Amino acid sequence: MLSIRNIVKQYASQRALSDVSMEIEKGKVFGLLGPNGAGKTSLIRIINQITAPDSGEILFNGEKLNQTHIERIGYLPEERGLYKKMQIGEQILYLARLKGLSRDEARRRTKFWFQKLGIEDWWYKKIEDLSKGMQQKVQFVATVLHEPELLILDEPFTGFDPVNAEIIKNEILELNKKGSTIIFSTHRMESVEELCDSIALLNLSHKILDGKVKNIRNNSRNGTYLLEYEGDKLIINADAPFTIISETNLDDKQQMVLKIKQGNIVNDVLRYMLQIAIINKVEEIIPTMNEIFIQTVSKSN
Amino acid sequence: MNKILLIIQREYFSRVKKKSFLVMTFLVPVLFIGMFALIGYLVAKQNELGDKKKVEVVDESGVFLNKMKSGGTIEYSYAKDNYAAAKSAFAKSGYDYLLYVPASITGVQLFSEKKASALTIQNIESALSDIAQSQRLLTAGIDTAVLAKAQKPISIEARQITEAGEKDAQTNISTAIGFISAMLIYMSLFLYGAQVMRGVIEEKVSRVVEIIISSVKPFQLMMGKIIGIGMVGLTQFVLWIVLSIILSTAAETLFMKNAMHAKTEQITQMQNAASPHGAVAVNQATDSGMGKLMQSVESIPVAYTIGCFLFYFLFGYLLYSAIFAAVGSAVDNETETQQFMLPITLPLVFTFVISMNFVINNPDSSLSVWLSMIPFTAPIAMMIRIPFGVPAWQLALSMLLMILGFLFTIWVAARIYRVGILMYGKKASYKELAKWFMYKE
Repeated sequence: MLSIRNIVKQYASQRALSDVSMEIEKGKVFGLLGPNGAGKTSLIRIINQITAPDSGEILFNGEKLNQTHIERIGYLPEERGLYKKMQIGEQILYLARLKGLSRDEARRRTKFWFQKLGIEDWWYKKIEDLSKGMQQKVQFVATVLHEPELLILDEPFTGFDPVNAEIIKNEILELNKKGSTIIFSTHRMESVEELCDSIALLNLSHKILDGKVKNIRNNSRNGTYLLEYEGDKLIINADAPFTIISETNLDDKQQMVLKIKQGNIVNDVLRYMLQIAIINKVEEIIPTMNEIFIQTVSKSN
Repeated sequence: MNKILLIIQREYFSRVKKKSFLVMTFLVPVLFIGMFALIGYLVAKQNELGDKKKVEVVDESGVFLNKMKSGGTIEYSYAKDNYAAAKSAFAKSGYDYLLYVPASITGVQLFSEKKASALTIQNIESALSDIAQSQRLLTAGIDTAVLAKAQKPISIEARQITEAGEKDAQTNISTAIGFISAMLIYMSLFLYGAQVMRGVIEEKVSRVVEIIISSVKPFQLMMGKIIGIGMVGLTQFVLWIVLSIILSTAAETLFMKNAMHAKTEQITQMQNAASPHGAVAVNQATDSGMGKLMQSVESIPVAYTIGCFLFYFLFGYLLYSAIFAAVGSAVDNETETQQFMLPITLPLVFTFVISMNFVINNPDSSLSVWLSMIPFTAPIAMMIRIPFGVPAWQLALSMLLMILGFLFTIWVAARIYRVGILMYGKKASYKELAKWFMYKE
């Protein structure tokens, strides 16, 4: 769908993107992650053709990105905003027509979306009369109205209460199911795990990690397990096939986080423990995306 | 191209539909006429509205005794006491001024508690001078009747020789038209330019700009806004012109119909207002003056003047609004615009002041010609010159330069604008603007 190749963008005093490449597959949800100032917004603006890269190129379905693609992209910027004094219905029509929809088509679709989100009676209201969360809903409609093939959402859930965040999340997933490719820029790692198929992690203008979420998490498995057993705390000998990282005492149960020694597998741990304790549960600890994020970023710094 | 039309449409209708637009369109002419009428009224009646100033005259020379005419705001009366007594009693005498004329008529002094205004001093001086002059001439043996004849002023009738023949030069009406059109352009450049700037800031502050420029190019947005607001301005001017033509035609027919009635009424009014002596003069003036005024107005090529006015309004506006847009894009709110306003206001105010004081009196001097060529000063300077007649080549060159100047400023402004609208929280300096200008894409 989108092929980003060796993008470099330099602002007067600082480098925003250094040789960044990534592939975004059709029909997938792609997470663009990174701490503040990593270069995410710069990259998004380049994809939207708001600015141009100093070097490198972007292919949209194999074609070099150009003005005709603008109408096939929907963009929800992190800093939201609409004309405060313009009537909402008229405003959505205006934005949709700027994206190339005819007036009638825009009107039909706006009505459809307003009904879907239960905001039909907002047509003649002005943005300044709405709460921040309601404004976001309107803005979301403006972003998706022209049924873009590529939807770029920068922190789409900020400003929503949990109920509305859920509604918007479901709408995004539905659009995805219908075939829209979604680029999703966020700091909220729990939503990344929930929504994204692949991610790329930017830090200080460099891409430091990318791939499928599943693979990234699998790759960061390092033989760490949580094991819970009954009774009092046991003394583990040095010849055990694992080392203890931490131990917790829970009334009549004990929990320990352990790391398997080189050359052993979890079965070896169980075999050893079965001789000395009644085991309640064993589970592998795979780092969350959040931990991976923090780890990778601090390592690269 | 289609998209820029959409933007123009939005900018135009969102402003024209506002109530404030209607109010401005219909109220401003009324306010203007009211303002000029008020100023005219105050000037005409300043003698009656101003405080009466009582002047006590101590005349040791005897030349001025009972000769100084009370009138206007000054009332003379003559002291019975001598200078020293009058001076010591002055504080309690109830007079505002004490005028002391020594026997030799040199070293005349005016005493008062408050500072005397320049006008008062001038009035008293001229009254004294007139009497003294007549007195001196009389002493020299010249007859007063001869004197009155000799002092009769001469008035000039300015006539212009053109290919079409000889005609009245209409200097006064030319001056008035130049003055009014330059004034209108001066004000409208600020008025509509500031609207462009405010529109840009509004889009930047509300952050809607990022959505818009993900659909259109920044240049399209900027041009759409400038053209849209320019059309609002044009609409307003055309409405004003149409309104004033309707109003003046209505007034004219009304005047013709009630001409006789109006004239008698006017005369009685004048008689009430001014001294009987003045009324006779005014009466004579109305007869020929009214007809003359009509004639002068008709002799001005209306279409040509209005055409030039619209051209210079439009291109002056385009030129300055491009700069206004660039300034708007560089700041985060309106208060920050101050530092960038100087380069906009300076040439405008400079031209305006020079035009009103110099160009209007010397419409064909080389400075005037230069000012009417430089695109930044031409809209005002040229409008002053046009009623006096401008050679066709100068007008053509000035218009060409105007168009080129506009293309240049819009190019510079667009380069600053495209970077500026996405910059937040960065305090823009001229150095920063230069850097933005140099950015690729």
